[in-house]
Amino acid sequence: MTLSGAVGWLMYLSVAVLTVGTACQVARYLRAPVPLKIPITPAPATGWGVAGRIAREVLLFESLFKASRSTWLFGWLFHAGLLWLALGHLAFFLPGSLPLLERVASTMGIAGWLTAAGLTGLAFRRVLVDRIRYVSAPSDYLMLGLLLAIVCTGMLVAVMPGADRVVFKAYVQGLYAGYTGGLPDAPFLWLHIVAACVLGLVFPFSKLLHAPGVFLSPTRLQADNSREQRR
Amino acid sequence: MKRQGGNGPVSVLPTMTPGAAAASKPARAEPAQQSALGFPGTLVEDWHQRAIGKMGELVEGSRALSVFLDACVKCGACTDKCHYYLGTGDPKNMPVARQDLFRSVYRRHFTWAGRWLPKLVGAKDLDESMLEDWYTYFHQCSQCRRCAVYCPYGIDTAEFAMAAREVMDTIGLGQKHTNEVIAKVHKLGNNLGLPQPVLADALAGLEEDTEEESGVPVRFPLDEKGAEVLLVTPSADFFAEPHVDGLIGYAKVFHQAGIRWTLSTHAAEAANFGLFIGSYENMQAIGLRIREAALELGVRRIVFGECGHAWRVAYNFLNTLAGPLDFLDSAYPVPQHMVEVTHDLIERGALTIDPSRNDARRVTFHDSCNVARASGMGGKAGGQFALPRAVLRAVCNHVYDMHRDTIGEATFCCGGGAGLLGEDMLDVRVKGAMPRMRAFEAVDEAHGITHMATICAICKSQFTKVFPHYGLRFDQVISLHHLVGDALVMRR
Repeated sequence: MTLSGAVGWLMYLSVAVLTVGTACQVARYLRAPVPLKIPITPAPATGWGVAGRIAREVLLFESLFKASRSTWLFGWLFHAGLLWLALGHLAFFLPGSLPLLERVASTMGIAGWLTAAGLTGLAFRRVLVDRIRYVSAPSDYLMLGLLLAIVCTGMLVAVMPGADRVVFKAYVQGLYAGYTGGLPDAPFLWLHIVAACVLGLVFPFSKLLHAPGVFLSPTRLQADNSREQRR
Repeated sequence: MKRQGGNGPVSVLPTMTPGAAAASKPARAEPAQQSALGFPGTLVEDWHQRAIGKMGELVEGSRALSVFLDACVKCGACTDKCHYYLGTGDPKNMPVARQDLFRSVYRRHFTWAGRWLPKLVGAKDLDESMLEDWYTYFHQCSQCRRCAVYCPYGIDTAEFAMAAREVMDTIGLGQKHTNEVIAKVHKLGNNLGLPQPVLADALAGLEEDTEEESGVPVRFPLDEKGAEVLLVTPSADFFAEPHVDGLIGYAKVFHQAGIRWTLSTHAAEAANFGLFIGSYENMQAIGLRIREAALELGVRRIVFGECGHAWRVAYNFLNTLAGPLDFLDSAYPVPQHMVEVTHDLIERGALTIDPSRNDARRVTFHDSCNVARASGMGGKAGGQFALPRAVLRAVCNHVYDMHRDTIGEATFCCGGGAGLLGEDMLDVRVKGAMPRMRAFEAVDEAHGITHMATICAICKSQFTKVFPHYGLRFDQVISLHHLVGDALVMRR
């Protein structure tokens, strides 16, 4: 098998594990009953209020802001950068000419630096704060390392020769049609893709499940209407 | 020593000291107390297998646990939020570390990564030393939920403490204080184990005392059919100080408002210790007593007295556990808190109040953890903070709040909640009260506070006991409705 083919099949595998694995975990969460009302203060009284609360948690990290300003700053920078990068990458993964997304893609350098800065801050906190060091397992450090590796290799892809955007987009679009040839000849791109695929493979089995979890946590998802509504 | 915001006057964090609180563990339940609740009397032979089985059952039966086990990213947001960590410095009292005692075992037995790569993901076996840690540290959690307010995913350590305690009960490793109390409620209807004649006698004594003090024949009815209100209050209110003065306050309010009320022998207990041990069945059995009493007495309303975790069960669970309570008057909240009753009467001008009668008192208000973070009042957001303070300000001219990082949703637990109120836990109770006491000292320094008012039986017992350890007098703890009762201008 050619390198291009191997990378292509790794991407297929990673996407399959990521989607099916995560769907299975979410299905498991949804199957589990919520026998009692356990909203945590400040709990809104209505469904719309709950939607607003979840939105503030997801977009602004409201509770983390109350808890620790430094963790909030690094965590928010990292996640905002990640969102920016994800949007930029859509330019490769969606078909056709996409002027807006291509504009976003052209600014991914800044996003990469912000993401890396956030991750570095989080890594320093994990190592330097004794309380966080105490609760960290090797997997917690490895996860930060993996994310940093993805971001750094990605930034190197952009500055090193060999990885032409048009060629890469053609390769990705080819994958949709089952054609795994045509991977650009750029070692940092290979590393970048492999690291990203590893992330996808571990996602459903790791703490990355906080991504669906933040939308499903009963303490935040329930409205404060227990006296009016039985479970 | 490092400084970190968000904890008010307790801005200096403790030096982390592994094992600092390892020796503090509550007495174990005796075989008879265990079997009264349907649990094995002593540690069963195949405890490991049964514990793992029960864990799986609990996780499968709870979306909260399922999500909480997976979602934690170990960000550390909760690590400096627990009063037991701040007071003891024991790292296993950091909320995430406490959860991890459960999570690491779950990973080992229920996840792919934990089975094959335990060291990598921090998965651990449930061996004897882990079980010992469970017993110790899941009994150093008052289920106050402060950590959950700050967690980005709302992960609630109380859910872990409840689940772990239930697993331990299932294998015959129960806690004496909680299980003894629950057995008493099942048998007699209250946590103190008071039979009906003793209760009737206590209430008759209160009638005499109150008439002597106020000159008005205030009644303390028991098991009176046809009353409008069934008052369900913690049994400590019948005897203990300063609780009993709160009960006198409720009686005075009902008297002045002309509301016919009654207590019930069958449900002479608001506190529901079934919550503490995470046992749905026990919690429901205790909750159903209230429904049965209400039906038996034919009341139109159920009102709860001052009790924190009790109000959580009443406000959030009773409708589900013992409902629908549609035989009650829907014009009132079902159930209703005594503070809501008094607040409503004050708002409507139905009570004559002379706050100057409390002028010798300078009061601060302690938000009880489970009222603050696990329930509501008044039907509007933050009502559980606004209503007690509105009542307090109506009956008392000198009211000062503690630091804002230590009240409201950020309130510190008294240090005695969720079954830790035994003498065997005194060391941890005193240390766990430290963050609250630092905030009290700060407001005392600024305003010369004489009393801390509160609306929870556990808070009252706990502070009465620990105040002297901080150079205060035990009688500086006061029931909110004691202040109400003293300020009420009584008419015949």
